[in-house]
Amino acid sequence: MAKQLLNFTLNDTETDVLVQPYVTLLDALREDLGLTGPKEGCGTGDCGACTVHLDGKPVASCLVLAMQARGRSVRTIEGLGRFDALHPLQDAFVRLGVPQCGFCIPGVLMAAAALLTENPHPTEEEIRYGIAGNLCRCTGYTKMLAAITEVAGAAPARRA
Amino acid sequence: MRRFQLALPRSIDDCLKLLAERGPEAKLVAGGTDLLPQMKGGLLKPAAVVDLSGVAELRVLRREDGAGLRVGAAVTAREIELDGHTRSAYPALAESGALVGSVQIRNLATVGGNLCNAAPSADMAPPLMALEAEAIIAGPRGRRRVPVSAFFTGVRRTVLAPDELLVELIVPAPGPRSGGQYLRHTPRRELDIAVVGVASQITLSDGVCRKARIALAAVAPTPIRATAAEQALEGQPLTTPQIARAAQLAAEAARPISDQRGSADFRRHLVAVLTRRTLTTALERAAEHGGRPEPPIQ
Repeated sequence: MAKQLLNFTLNDTETDVLVQPYVTLLDALREDLGLTGPKEGCGTGDCGACTVHLDGKPVASCLVLAMQARGRSVRTIEGLGRFDALHPLQDAFVRLGVPQCGFCIPGVLMAAAALLTENPHPTEEEIRYGIAGNLCRCTGYTKMLAAITEVAGAAPARRA
Repeated sequence: MRRFQLALPRSIDDCLKLLAERGPEAKLVAGGTDLLPQMKGGLLKPAAVVDLSGVAELRVLRREDGAGLRVGAAVTAREIELDGHTRSAYPALAESGALVGSVQIRNLATVGGNLCNAAPSADMAPPLMALEAEAIIAGPRGRRRVPVSAFFTGVRRTVLAPDELLVELIVPAPGPRSGGQYLRHTPRRELDIAVVGVASQITLSDGVCRKARIALAAVAPTPIRATAAEQALEGQPLTTPQIARAAQLAAEAARPISDQRGSADFRRHLVAVLTRRTLTTALERAAEHGGRPEPPIQ
């Protein structure tokens, strides 16, 4: 089956890639574009490990066809901060030692970053619901809550 | 996922041409949150998939003078949840949008997909039925209007023919002194499916209930209206005993099954509880929306 040309903005960079029409955005990111930050957990939208931003909004990339991202803007964990300038949430997650196995963390960070962009000073309940679509098999939610609370209290998120 | 051809139409006419050619072997995809899991699981194996994300007409969410609210089939649950006018004038609908999936799902899942997937537990169906919304359906012979109450024909079955497409929902404005609410019971709020869902919508005048609409999810093969309960309320003052009577009639309208989410008896009990609660809230909201407050409930 013929591949189709996917043109979109990926982590602020105009990107062209040939993809099979039947692959998901998650698979295109991981297999065709080499961005392995987004993870496949359940593959059915229940776990949030594949969370990326589509036009600034958090979505389950395992449920989006790659070609549905045409002409749109996608941000993955690789584009949230830089190694020499971490996103405030990444910095807090590192300092507070949030990750345990780490598998869910890219998705949690993308969900949390979207939350703080929409609602820079959320209540504890709003933070809990903001990451309720992300499952952590290590059950490391307490430290996630602490890190997100710290960033929300200290300064608004730098960008989506 | 099994391989398929992907079409990327830009207009409803293009969609209809594609459906005319490949209708029975094609599936329409909007948010994909119901379709892709079914395709990944092998339950659906379409040879062709038609992506609706490029069709602008399906994304309209607009207040129409005199016609109420137009909700395009590809408007997301999240847009409905956050839309200010929907929240104030159609709170039951906004509440149902806020309960779908998680935020990652709500940013994808669409109202049209929720209806066309036709799960008995579809959260956005009861509010649309209680609000007397109509579905605008496009097909090869033009457009037709079907009340959402008559849209479902069975589990995962609707009135849509293979060459037809749901374009939008027209939700009439409830008018002054109206109120409504949608509640559902689930063990956890996010990423769960209704054990029971109930939407109530009422309009008051001169101290009595002029109009009542009650719709139930997850207690029959399709979302259903509880018409006997509605009729018991109309023309009556909405007192506590009247509401309790309607709640009982709604429970009698339910035809639930027992499954892993709950027994049939539990579901009937929940219908009564949620009908009572949604009617009580609907009454409060109707009293807030214009005119003198209603006399307190006895």
